[in-house]
Amino acid sequence: MSAPAKQKDASIPTIPLNARISRWFGRNLISIYAVFGFTYLFIPVAYTFAFSFNDSGKSNLVWKGFTLDNWKNPCGAPEVCEALGNSIKIGLLATIFSTILGTMIAFAIGRYAFKGRSSSNLLIFLPMATPEIVLGASLLSLFLVFHINPGFWPTVIAHVMFCISFVVVTVKARIASLDPRLEQAAMDLYANELETFRKVTLPLVAPGIAGAALLAFSLSFDDFIITNFNSGTLKTFPEFVYTSAARGIPAQANVIGSAMFFLALIIVIAGQFVGKKVKVAK
Amino acid sequence: MTLSKVKMPYLLLLPGFLFLFTFFILPIVNLAQTSTQTPIAGGDTGQYEQTLRFANYLNAFTENKEQFARSFIFALCATILALAIAYPLAYAIAFKAGRLKNFLLVLVVAPFFVSFLLRTVAWKQILGEEGFVVPGLRTLGIISESTTLTSTSFAVIMGMTYNFLPFMTLPLYASLERIDPRTMEASGDLYANGLTTFRKVTLPLSMPGVVAGTLLTFIPAAGDYVNAAILGSPNTKMIGNVIESRYFKIVDYPTAAALSFTLMAAILILVTVYIRKAGTEELV
Repeated sequence: MSAPAKQKDASIPTIPLNARISRWFGRNLISIYAVFGFTYLFIPVAYTFAFSFNDSGKSNLVWKGFTLDNWKNPCGAPEVCEALGNSIKIGLLATIFSTILGTMIAFAIGRYAFKGRSSSNLLIFLPMATPEIVLGASLLSLFLVFHINPGFWPTVIAHVMFCISFVVVTVKARIASLDPRLEQAAMDLYANELETFRKVTLPLVAPGIAGAALLAFSLSFDDFIITNFNSGTLKTFPEFVYTSAARGIPAQANVIGSAMFFLALIIVIAGQFVGKKVKVAK
Repeated sequence: MTLSKVKMPYLLLLPGFLFLFTFFILPIVNLAQTSTQTPIAGGDTGQYEQTLRFANYLNAFTENKEQFARSFIFALCATILALAIAYPLAYAIAFKAGRLKNFLLVLVVAPFFVSFLLRTVAWKQILGEEGFVVPGLRTLGIISESTTLTSTSFAVIMGMTYNFLPFMTLPLYASLERIDPRTMEASGDLYANGLTTFRKVTLPLSMPGVVAGTLLTFIPAAGDYVNAAILGSPNTKMIGNVIESRYFKIVDYPTAAALSFTLMAAILILVTVYIRKAGTEELV
């Protein structure tokens, strides 16, 4: 395809300049459009990052001058690090439980033909098709019926509940992409079922499980609506941002948001790098 | 097949499904019950008894018709806008990015990690009176002195479009990436121009991604109240805002439950019709 295009390029000098410009735009329209798309995605990220350096005092609304103080003392504002701590604790617990439960379901659905398989798929799809506000509100009603006060554990339960489906979908996709001949080969070499699972299947599915865990953590860490219904007086980081939005968010929140951003970027890029190395080693 | 092999899938499913049954199915059933309760005569606020009062639904709906309509219109606008922005983005990543592909894909997801609330509040400040957009547009004469951008439907729809953009981009990318580029070349060889190739080859082949992306955007957008609360005004209230305030401020659980149930039912019906029409069963 590229060869005929080059032949056309040879005739360009005879075409007037404005036609050449419009042709360049025509050819690169989608890439230009994509640049605009990325700009849109990153404007608020850049804004949040920039205002983490604002020498703002209490409300971080107007630019008042550059300072590194917020980065040196990210816990400087009241409640902010407590909220972050809650979010991390809840996120880790929700990730562990939802990854275990979800991976087991994914293996059942991905590996076995059994009665009720399609209704199992439906049960996994339903929580994803239900608006968060309904999930949050209904769970709160249940807790109220059983006189369970909203707080830390109800929030963990709520997060596990909505993360499971996403874990199942992610791990299931990985299981589906496996070559069944690898397991057959292991069996042919006299590995029993358990050995095959431990030495062949699990290592092959592991990247999918890791991806699902990362997804579960980020969903849990960033969740607001379901959390708001079930956390009671406990405050997670998103709840802290929401409640302080009215009177101005301290710049320390921007520091934490930006730090999370760079941390996640490093983890993802390092993960890809490691993945490549493993592939090369094989 | 041994007996353990027959039992195995059920053993694997058991703990997870027990959990989902207790904390997803049971709450929904309970919500259905709550939705037909009435206040106990002479009781405190927040005390209700089971009466099977289906009039709650009618009242809840007629009182909040406007917010229902707004939720669906806003969600639809945000879905269409997100599709219009995400499709070329996903297309560019899938076919034009070359070695940058994985890096650009990470960039699509990366904004997720700055809390979405921080980003929404950032939009409020960017579009607000002290941001740079409004004074700029005023100087250019595009908007009048009295026009504001925050507290408008525009701001709410823009915020929703923004927040759900990655949910649209990722499934679109996944289905575009799977297309064999040779099918597009073949179309070109058969004298189809770029537009025809797109219309007859690329778009139909990417339909599973379009369906998945629009659902992943529309469903959370219709139930959202955060964008409306931060970027909107009392005039842009969505059904999520009503449910939230019924729960926390008015402690009117039956109405909140009836509204939640109506929202869920409406979405499920729309989704089913949509999947049937779009003709993809692959999703579930």
